[in-house]
Amino acid sequence: MVEPYRYRKERIDRGIKARSDTIYMLSSYREMIYILLPRILPISLLLFFPIAVGGGYWGKVLFYSCTFALLALSWELMASVGLISLGQALFFGVGSYVAGGFNYYLKWPIILTVPVATLGGSFICTLLLIPVLRLRGVYFSMVTLILPLLFDHLIETLEILGGTHGLLSLTPFPNHWLAVYTAILAVILCLFGFRRLIHEDYGFVLRGIREDDRVVMAGGINIYWYKAQTIFIAGAVGCFAGALMTHYYQFVGRSDFALDNTILPLAGAVLGGPGNFAGSVLGTFILVPLSEALRALGGLRIALYSLILIGALAILPEGIFHYLERKYHQFERIVSI
Amino acid sequence: MEIIIYGITNSVTLTLIALGFSLTFGISGLANFAHGAFYLLGGILTWVFMNHLGVPYFLSAIISIVAVGLFGFFLYWGLMLRLRGLAINEVIATLATAIVIIEVLRYLGFSGFTYVLPEFIKGSVQIGNSWVDFQRIFLVGIGIGLIIFLYLFIHRTNIGLSFRAISQNERTAISLGIDSDWTAALSLSFGSALAVIAGLVILPLGSIDTQIGYDILISALAVGIVGGLESVPGILVASIILGFGQIIVATFFKAQWQTVVTLIAILVILTVKPSGIFGKYKELEERV
Repeated sequence: MVEPYRYRKERIDRGIKARSDTIYMLSSYREMIYILLPRILPISLLLFFPIAVGGGYWGKVLFYSCTFALLALSWELMASVGLISLGQALFFGVGSYVAGGFNYYLKWPIILTVPVATLGGSFICTLLLIPVLRLRGVYFSMVTLILPLLFDHLIETLEILGGTHGLLSLTPFPNHWLAVYTAILAVILCLFGFRRLIHEDYGFVLRGIREDDRVVMAGGINIYWYKAQTIFIAGAVGCFAGALMTHYYQFVGRSDFALDNTILPLAGAVLGGPGNFAGSVLGTFILVPLSEALRALGGLRIALYSLILIGALAILPEGIFHYLERKYHQFERIVSI
Repeated sequence: MEIIIYGITNSVTLTLIALGFSLTFGISGLANFAHGAFYLLGGILTWVFMNHLGVPYFLSAIISIVAVGLFGFFLYWGLMLRLRGLAINEVIATLATAIVIIEVLRYLGFSGFTYVLPEFIKGSVQIGNSWVDFQRIFLVGIGIGLIIFLYLFIHRTNIGLSFRAISQNERTAISLGIDSDWTAALSLSFGSALAVIAGLVILPLGSIDTQIGYDILISALAVGIVGGLESVPGILVASIILGFGQIIVATFFKAQWQTVVTLIAILVILTVKPSGIFGKYKELEERV
């Protein structure tokens, strides 16, 4: 029997990647563009999108994508400390209700409600999650899954904060562009801010906690304090998204605590590439327009996200972003062995 | 008297709900977030078999128990095996499965007063000065019977022993010739079947609503967190605490405050003793 020829795929870093990783980066325009293009391109696309799609239906979809991208970024930040949240809806809902409540009962203007909801809502969420900071992994996820569902129950049964009807006719944004550009700037700020944060000394501690929290504890660092800070930052981003959405729709209701607001950012982050902030933004910007295109499916859409989530976990666990990144930085060839 | 009777039935209900979840988690470490979805799926399958295909109740109950059990097995074999060891991905995948099942059932419109499972025997009996229907008595009986059966099954049969072996030390179990993948898949299958049994006993007390898929999951998680996820005595104690707590609050304050009891119980337990009242195995490794 003749042994068949066997081939394998070989991956090699592009020369330009190898050079531009080092001090030679500034040696030529080509290398500068190589480094800058992946950063400039998404920023300019994001800033250009609202003008391209206008203020109509797809403008709304763009706004929608941005808020979910913020939620996905906040999920990713918590995941990078090892806190896997299944309750982004908690941040979203608390942010919405704080903004909506102040606007509805006290008639505060948007310029006050959004910052108050961002900081105050995040403070509430952090207080709620502090008792469970000692938990790891699955246990933390369970609690975060339960909390928004219980809030939903509470508001429904106790008839507080508008009960099942929600709070209607809140102050809208003065115009569509302000809302969209606020959301887009927030996405850009969080995306690059978090990327920077996670590579600073501070982020080094955070990643250390994810890898092995006992080692970090042995280093004399109070990991619970760091975890609480992370939840506060992530919560602020999530609550900000909720507050924006509330004023955009001029409505806050129980649907803000619904599972959709957990599953969509999660599916986006997993599809785009877990462990990478850019991936989660990419994932949500693929998923949200897709789901809007499939609006006719109605209630089945959340089932569809879940199917995409299962598919992404089983078939493409590295995510789209890592795939693209590999193609950009490396070339592949077939070699015989 | 009413408090005692309804407290007991409520406690046994919670135990039944949490048993399957805790069985799967205790053996394979898989937190089956699709538990509530299986509970719902079992109930609806039975209803469909009875009302659309005209199968007698007893037979359709057995068919749906087996069908959901098989579904659990193949879910493990087809999907979970790829994610084995990545606890977080397992949780995300089971949650996603749960949502797919529940939302598809909701889309097909399986909720409302037409969807009612029959009681085993109609009627009620007077205990003290309050009427209790037979179904609640059956519920308590079946709950206690199931716990005894599971105890014997886990301690006396070969499959049960391999379950315990895997949960105590997987590598040693493998070296003794126990197939850990097979056992874990069986554990998910058993957990799903238990969810259906719970559904068949509990659902006749009300009508089927797709929302219960999520509510059951919350109850199972709450009981598990309070009692310690992998311990059966813990589940019993937690069910009694939560069951009586809910009934007492509902009697003296308002029925709506029941959820608050659950929330407070979870938060108190997590702050005071994060591994739950009786949790022991995985306390140091995973929880804290």
